[in-house]
Amino acid sequence: MMKNWLNRDVISILDFEKDELEYLFSLTDKIIERNMSIGKPLDGKIIATAFFEPSTRTRLSFETAAHKLGASVITLEPSISSLAKGESFADTMRMLDNYADLIVMRSPLEGAAKLAAEICEHPIINGGDGTQHHPTQAMIDIYTIKKLKNRINGLSIGVLGDLRYGRAATSFMYGLSIFGVKEIWLIAPKELMPRDDVLLTLKRFNTELHYAENINDVISNLDVLYVTRIQKERFPDPIEYERVKGTYQINLQLLSKAKESLIVMHPLPRVDEISYDVDTTKYAAYFKEASYAVPLRMALLMLILGAER
Amino acid sequence: MSEISEMKVSKIRDGTVIDHVPAGRALDVLRLLNLTGKEGFIISLVMNVPSKKFGKKDIVKVEGLELEAKQVNKLALIAPTATINIIRNYEVVDKKRVKLPDRIIGILQCQNPNCITRKEREPVIPNFIVISMKPLIIQCEYCGRLMNESEVIKQLIR
Repeated sequence: MMKNWLNRDVISILDFEKDELEYLFSLTDKIIERNMSIGKPLDGKIIATAFFEPSTRTRLSFETAAHKLGASVITLEPSISSLAKGESFADTMRMLDNYADLIVMRSPLEGAAKLAAEICEHPIINGGDGTQHHPTQAMIDIYTIKKLKNRINGLSIGVLGDLRYGRAATSFMYGLSIFGVKEIWLIAPKELMPRDDVLLTLKRFNTELHYAENINDVISNLDVLYVTRIQKERFPDPIEYERVKGTYQINLQLLSKAKESLIVMHPLPRVDEISYDVDTTKYAAYFKEASYAVPLRMALLMLILGAER
Repeated sequence: MSEISEMKVSKIRDGTVIDHVPAGRALDVLRLLNLTGKEGFIISLVMNVPSKKFGKKDIVKVEGLELEAKQVNKLALIAPTATINIIRNYEVVDKKRVKLPDRIIGILQCQNPNCITRKEREPVIPNFIVISMKPLIIQCEYCGRLMNESEVIKQLIR
């Protein structure tokens, strides 16, 4: 199994089989059991982070994971690097490939991580490419469900918000499909329902999709509700945004209709899509979810760099 | 080939005849084959000749050049009905229909302006996987976006 992970690029969660992800999760379990203190298995390795788009959680959690494993971290600052002088993305990545043993990257362009993987000899981890993939977030999200629900298959899972342009929601749905989830509830305004290419992929897994425009109609069915932000800039008409905004807010009134065992997840950052008084309820799983980012990314770095014990 | 088209363009001794091209697309066929006329081959085309099967059709003849399957299969994108006849000493020695390849490399541009393949200075060639032949659906290998037949035609037909 370890062989499967060694030197592997992580471009899309679709590149992985269920048992490979299960293996990653079991290593994550071990790292959490040992309170993330597992020595310095990546001593002497250099991890580069190259985020051509803003990031807080993804970049910092990868850098934290690398430091905890004893690796050194180098960070590209696109705004003050030669990119600002007009260097191409490909040339920049080639240069980093000379310096680092592994590169974690994010780009506003779809397909950038795939191109990086083609031109770089060292493994590439995609920390988000435009609206397309965010595979490691999906790994954290699926792991969270496994931890909190002890299973994935058989659960009724709703995905709410921007399902058209949101890469975290897309990768999450792909991840659920890999784990054999039979039904997903898509809860979004019509204009933010998934793109054709995403629907086609989900259809290949025989995932049954149910569409709902109003969360109130389906909240009582759900075991898991995955919330993403609806961005104002996605709407050509600001009045339309104002109209839908409130419909997708998760608050105590809505949750009074939910199953007792419902968990509410969110890849973060949130703005106002989950009201703050939900944070202290039993439903809130998003901070727990965020806490798995470092151990899971530690496990990922260890597997790819062959440092698993 | 019908008699009428025979009269308009004489038989060739050696080379390739692309028959049953949808009417009006012969020039696009040449462009897709990267035949500019500067290569020196004798190229003749007839357009809008009567056809029993299609009503009207175009025919392209290239003398002295035997086109290989790899070169002509991309014609399936704009001329799926086309037949390729290889001629030697005035005889048809091989006749086949164009067959869409599994991948379309180069030729088309991804429609997604945010796709890495659309960035001018990046060393990347557009690459599409054929998802379905009928109706035609192709998927960008880089950004995952789909393209349908009319979108493909729009790019290739001028």
